[in-house]
Amino acid sequence: MSAVAAPLAPPAASITARTLVATAATVAGMAAVATLAHRPGVAGNAPVWFWALVVALWIAAWGVNDRLTRLPLASGPSARARDVAVPVLFGLTCFFLWEVVCLGFGVPTVLMPPPSAILAKLAVSQATLVADFRQTFVRSVVPGWLLGSALGFAVALLADRVPFLRRGLLPLGNFVSALPVIGIAPIMVMWFGFDWHSKVAVVVVMTFFPMLVNTVAGLEAAGRLERDLMRSYAASWGTTLLKLRLPAALPFVFNGLKINSTLALIGAIVAEFFGTPIVGMGFRISTEVGRMQLDMVWAEIVVAAVAGTLFYGLIAMAERAATFWHPSYRRRRAA
Amino acid sequence: MTTEALALPRSRAGGRIAAGIAQSKAVAVLAIVALIVLAWYAAVYPMNADLPSMPKEVPFAERFAAAYALDRPVLPAPHQVIAELWKTTVETRATSPRSLLFHGWVTLSSTLVGFALGSLLGIVLAIGIVSVKPLEKSLLPWIIASQTIPILAVAPIVIVVLGSIGLTGLVPKAIISMYLCFFPVTIGMVKGFTSPDTMQLDLMRTYSASGLQTFAKLRWPASVPFLFASLKVAVAISLVGAIVGELPTGAQAGLGARLLSGSYYGQTVQIWSALFASSILASGLVLAVALIERVTMRLMGARP
Repeated sequence: MSAVAAPLAPPAASITARTLVATAATVAGMAAVATLAHRPGVAGNAPVWFWALVVALWIAAWGVNDRLTRLPLASGPSARARDVAVPVLFGLTCFFLWEVVCLGFGVPTVLMPPPSAILAKLAVSQATLVADFRQTFVRSVVPGWLLGSALGFAVALLADRVPFLRRGLLPLGNFVSALPVIGIAPIMVMWFGFDWHSKVAVVVVMTFFPMLVNTVAGLEAAGRLERDLMRSYAASWGTTLLKLRLPAALPFVFNGLKINSTLALIGAIVAEFFGTPIVGMGFRISTEVGRMQLDMVWAEIVVAAVAGTLFYGLIAMAERAATFWHPSYRRRRAA
Repeated sequence: MTTEALALPRSRAGGRIAAGIAQSKAVAVLAIVALIVLAWYAAVYPMNADLPSMPKEVPFAERFAAAYALDRPVLPAPHQVIAELWKTTVETRATSPRSLLFHGWVTLSSTLVGFALGSLLGIVLAIGIVSVKPLEKSLLPWIIASQTIPILAVAPIVIVVLGSIGLTGLVPKAIISMYLCFFPVTIGMVKGFTSPDTMQLDLMRTYSASGLQTFAKLRWPASVPFLFASLKVAVAISLVGAIVGELPTGAQAGLGARLLSGSYYGQTVQIWSALFASSILASGLVLAVALIERVTMRLMGARP
């Protein structure tokens, strides 16, 4: 923000080294205290010195993070590593506090299990988690996401050919995106049965409109000049579409795909609250919550979070490969 | 090419009014809505024809008419849904649990509380992020990453955990709504607070304005358009949060409960009317935010 760089008294290298040592010490301290919290004397009724240690570590983590942010790294791999390290350290601190507070105060696991218990549950119940993942993600989310996005894309192309359709569909699509579309879940479960078919249907409906709206907006994105050029080449609608307007629309299409990746997961999980065979992430969440097995619920949420992030990340990587020419990738370096 | 050029004057001289109508957005939207309603009506008979509750061994006309007046159809006709809406809003006392107004209010109240809290939290977080550098570096990536996970899956935990420590009813649902709707507000407001350009910031500097003054006179006013854009998104997902928050408690009250109990007992007309009611609620909320936006922008001196 400010162009003035603060003058530094000691050489930058020694500051960097000192900060790195402090970071490593803080992380090691957190690991040690988290292990300590599992000791029988500490778990449940932690003494005052334990909490003093926790607060000291918290302050240390904050200080280290503050230093890390201020490190005079201009750019390059070291700055990139810093940009990863800072949020990771922040997340570690949050998980550390969650762990020691849960253990130290002896919070009952039916209220809030500590991260270590969730990890243990993840390791123990792999078979169930994999079956749920297969049912929800592989059978419902991915096909629904593909189908819904493809339909939205196709209708957007059709609307592009028929201007009347576009004028009518675009306001409708914007309107529908504000509606709680998830409410169609019970209807779809009634129509298509308890198995994955109904979840695919919900996901298709949820992902259709964002894709439609984004693609229609993207097809408008090609500039006037370029379009005139295509016209002067006497290019047909199809050629203009293929050579100019679809490439220009790609960032919008990918935006739609990214929005849809989250929507698809939410749609499939919530649709399972309305009825499923006895497998699936949404089913597991709603039944295990009823049995107060919160560690299993959290384990399921971890799976959902990892799956959602990977899904999103894969789309983002595909976007980067397909739209490498787009200014936002060139500008992002500088910003 | 040539035929198009030749055809141009004729179309200009001819149906200018027809062209005007065809160009109108409202007409296009209405036409497509009419098409959807028509398709809906056309689908009712084939969808319901195989139900055991359909009358048998009667003339086709009677069977056809019966498909549009079933008690528990696979697909209810639009007029049945509207009749149900009318019956459960106007003809039922608003305090009765059979009234959609009652359920709508249950959902609306937690939506509004969650929306208010979530927007506040979002703004506070955004202020923290733009003013404390370590917070920006450490919190913003997590906020963005959390957009990619299905947060709604956490809803049952919030309901059950808060329920087991004695908090039921409005508060847990409002917390879910709050949790869902602070993300867009934070992201939008971070964008808004950093939207003033270098020239404007430099001007504040030449005035020797303090950080607080720059915030109050420049950053905050500059962020208002961003605030309303994200509030419109936030209010819509706040409603989704409230509806989903009503599912795990086992259908007590609210529009989500109407959806769930409708699906338990196969009351399709009830599901559809709850769906319509929540859509009306959602569009009403977004419209209300848009209205407040227009008034605020006018008060702040924006030219329409």
